[in-house]
Amino acid sequence: MSEGEIIGSYIVPVHPHTYLVPEQNPGWTNLRAAFDEAALRIKNSEADLLIIYSTTWPSIIGHQIQADPNPEWVMVDHDFHDLGSIPYSFKIDAEFANAWNEANHQRGLKSRTVNYYGFPIDVGSVVALKLLNPDNAIPAVIVSSNVYANRSETSVLAKACLDVVRSTGRKAIAITAMSLSNRMFTENIAPEDDKIHSLKDDEWNSKILELVEMGRLEDVGQLSRTIQEQIRVRKVVAFKPMWWLSAMNDNRNDLTGEVLAYEAIHGAGAAVIHLDPTSCGTGDKEYDEDDVEYFHGDRGVLESSDLETTDMDDSLEEIDDELIVEDNGPDLWEPTTADGSVNTESAPKPVGAYPHARRVGDLLYLSGVGPRQALDNSIPGGPIHDEDGEPLDYDIKAQTHAVIDNISRILEEAGSSLDQVIDVTTFLVDMKRDFQGYNEVWAETLGQIGPTRTTLAIRALPTPIAVEMKVIAQLSE
Amino acid sequence: MAKGKIVAGCIAPHPPHLVYAENPDQNEPTSEGGWEQLRWGYERLRESISAIEHDVIVILSPHWQTYVGTHFLGLENFQSLSVDPVFPNLFRYHYDLNVDVKLAKQIHDKAEKSGLSVKMMENPDFRVDYGTITTGHLFNPKWDKPLVVISSNRSTDYYSPEVMQEMMIELGRITRETIEESGKKAILLASNSLSHRHFTTEAEIPEDMSKEHITSHAMHLWDMRIIDYIRSGQTQRILDEMPEFIEQAIAESDGGGLSWLISALDTPEYPAILHGYGTIIGTGNAVVEWPCYKHEGESQ
Repeated sequence: MSEGEIIGSYIVPVHPHTYLVPEQNPGWTNLRAAFDEAALRIKNSEADLLIIYSTTWPSIIGHQIQADPNPEWVMVDHDFHDLGSIPYSFKIDAEFANAWNEANHQRGLKSRTVNYYGFPIDVGSVVALKLLNPDNAIPAVIVSSNVYANRSETSVLAKACLDVVRSTGRKAIAITAMSLSNRMFTENIAPEDDKIHSLKDDEWNSKILELVEMGRLEDVGQLSRTIQEQIRVRKVVAFKPMWWLSAMNDNRNDLTGEVLAYEAIHGAGAAVIHLDPTSCGTGDKEYDEDDVEYFHGDRGVLESSDLETTDMDDSLEEIDDELIVEDNGPDLWEPTTADGSVNTESAPKPVGAYPHARRVGDLLYLSGVGPRQALDNSIPGGPIHDEDGEPLDYDIKAQTHAVIDNISRILEEAGSSLDQVIDVTTFLVDMKRDFQGYNEVWAETLGQIGPTRTTLAIRALPTPIAVEMKVIAQLSE
Repeated sequence: MAKGKIVAGCIAPHPPHLVYAENPDQNEPTSEGGWEQLRWGYERLRESISAIEHDVIVILSPHWQTYVGTHFLGLENFQSLSVDPVFPNLFRYHYDLNVDVKLAKQIHDKAEKSGLSVKMMENPDFRVDYGTITTGHLFNPKWDKPLVVISSNRSTDYYSPEVMQEMMIELGRITRETIEESGKKAILLASNSLSHRHFTTEAEIPEDMSKEHITSHAMHLWDMRIIDYIRSGQTQRILDEMPEFIEQAIAESDGGGLSWLISALDTPEYPAILHGYGTIIGTGNAVVEWPCYKHEGESQ
């Protein structure tokens, strides 16, 4: 079986006008024609799965994935109920939904599937599936948009999805059901009076479309917070579908973009956009955000008393470091800076007088790296004991992922990368308990690269962690 | 025709957990209980209300979210299955409710004349939101009184809490005047929580009360501040502090229900009855009654 891939992406509007009453306004007619064109392209592609991220399905407990193989109902929009009803009967790829859910858990996300008779599929998903997949020829999967999710959580959601797409050999189409500017007129208007709510919204929409047409999806993703601030009503869901869609496309800036239509629906910016993964040959990625592989932001609100410090949403992402530095062991030191030293603020501070790494010739020797986080000294997966030495439950997989993330950051600072690692010595404080979990994470990550490895059991480490790695890597030429 | 009146006004929050915990026949999932403090609060509210004669229940629900004005259910009966899109594991409720369309239309018409953007919802396929169903069930499990159901206009999101309050204070006044003109006795329900910061994880057993608490001390302080005002008859202060409350406690009163209720009750200065307070998945919830019938004729 060949590895699966995303063979195309679409951005489509959410409101029911394009399905129910396209004839009432030339712009809606135009959008409907664009939907029809997109449907034709999908039909003529090799697609065997449609993946929808819908902004009109908010969730609170992590993300939810539709897993009813054949959901049926009649959808009526909460606002535009006077336009009519939309009966639906969809074909959902429940097997994929369940696999995605499991992949989410593997990457540290909270998620669950929903499979309940009568579950109200949201208007954005209904319109997208009715128009893009009118014959139900291609099975679909739908995921919610978590109201509290930040960029890392949303990106990891996409990466977990890609894990399953690739491992199952799917040829998938990624779809975001969303508005551009989402400010609607707050009064009833005649269809012929529809237009983008304001010139400012129109100008921002045009900028987004310009970037997307140049294939610069990741740039749009990185502008997401600015766009949200400028042209979006707060509601419950930010402009986060672009984070998801960009991650679904490996955060690329060189896609081939085409705007099939851009019009207003009751004042909101509505566009049908096709993004082809074929490189357009241009695009310069300025990647200034962490490329997160594993979601460490389990807020743990049911277990932790540090609620204010761990329970964050988009508006609270800028956290004062000093407020949340956790007491996880001995005092922290500034790394030493002898010749050849390599240090980075994105790795945890040392617990003694040593650097993060040191260059010798074309080799890089790293000091022992644990899972502590640079930002707040917290330990993903939790510390192994409390301040009194009482044992605590912890997640060895989360700790191991965090160690490897920290190693990756130090290597990148030195101009190397994870795939340049040639030898690793791992120290576990509880071999019997933790070897299997550690070994699984290893197999998914460094095991794919193939460095030599030695794993030792030791009695303790200076901080309340379960795993530490000592790494030797080659420096990139 | 005798002059109609509002005989009571209540804050009647709608987390579906409360219905789930009760195991009514209409709800498919079953539980081992949970959230008793609030459910006992609802019991006390029902007992308190039982002696009050009333013809209709008017609910403003923050989970019927409308962006184009305020909407009113406009058909006489709705029957269907309500599945909570956020907590479908807890709430799949078979409902059958009647609407006082005449009163709904009268409020709608008067609001329209006053310049508010309004619409009647007359699509028979429409599913009533789970907030309305939950509050309706908890307040009146027999479902033997007709409802007027008002949507939540999201003007806080579109404009600001101040604009929302202007609109809801106007809608509250219109609701009161229309009820008086109708000759009916009405109970008003604002279906909203107070602080509204959720946990983002759910306990393995949702009704595991060892996991339930307010999400943060700041939320608790805000809830207690608002409850103090409620219990001491300082409703004008609630209106005055509403923008800060909404911003800092992410309060569900952003949907307009509490402002509408206070306005409809003519900004009462007498103490309300706190029947119960508790948290649900971290949010703060109070069951409150303003016993208007005891204070008829009092100047506000």
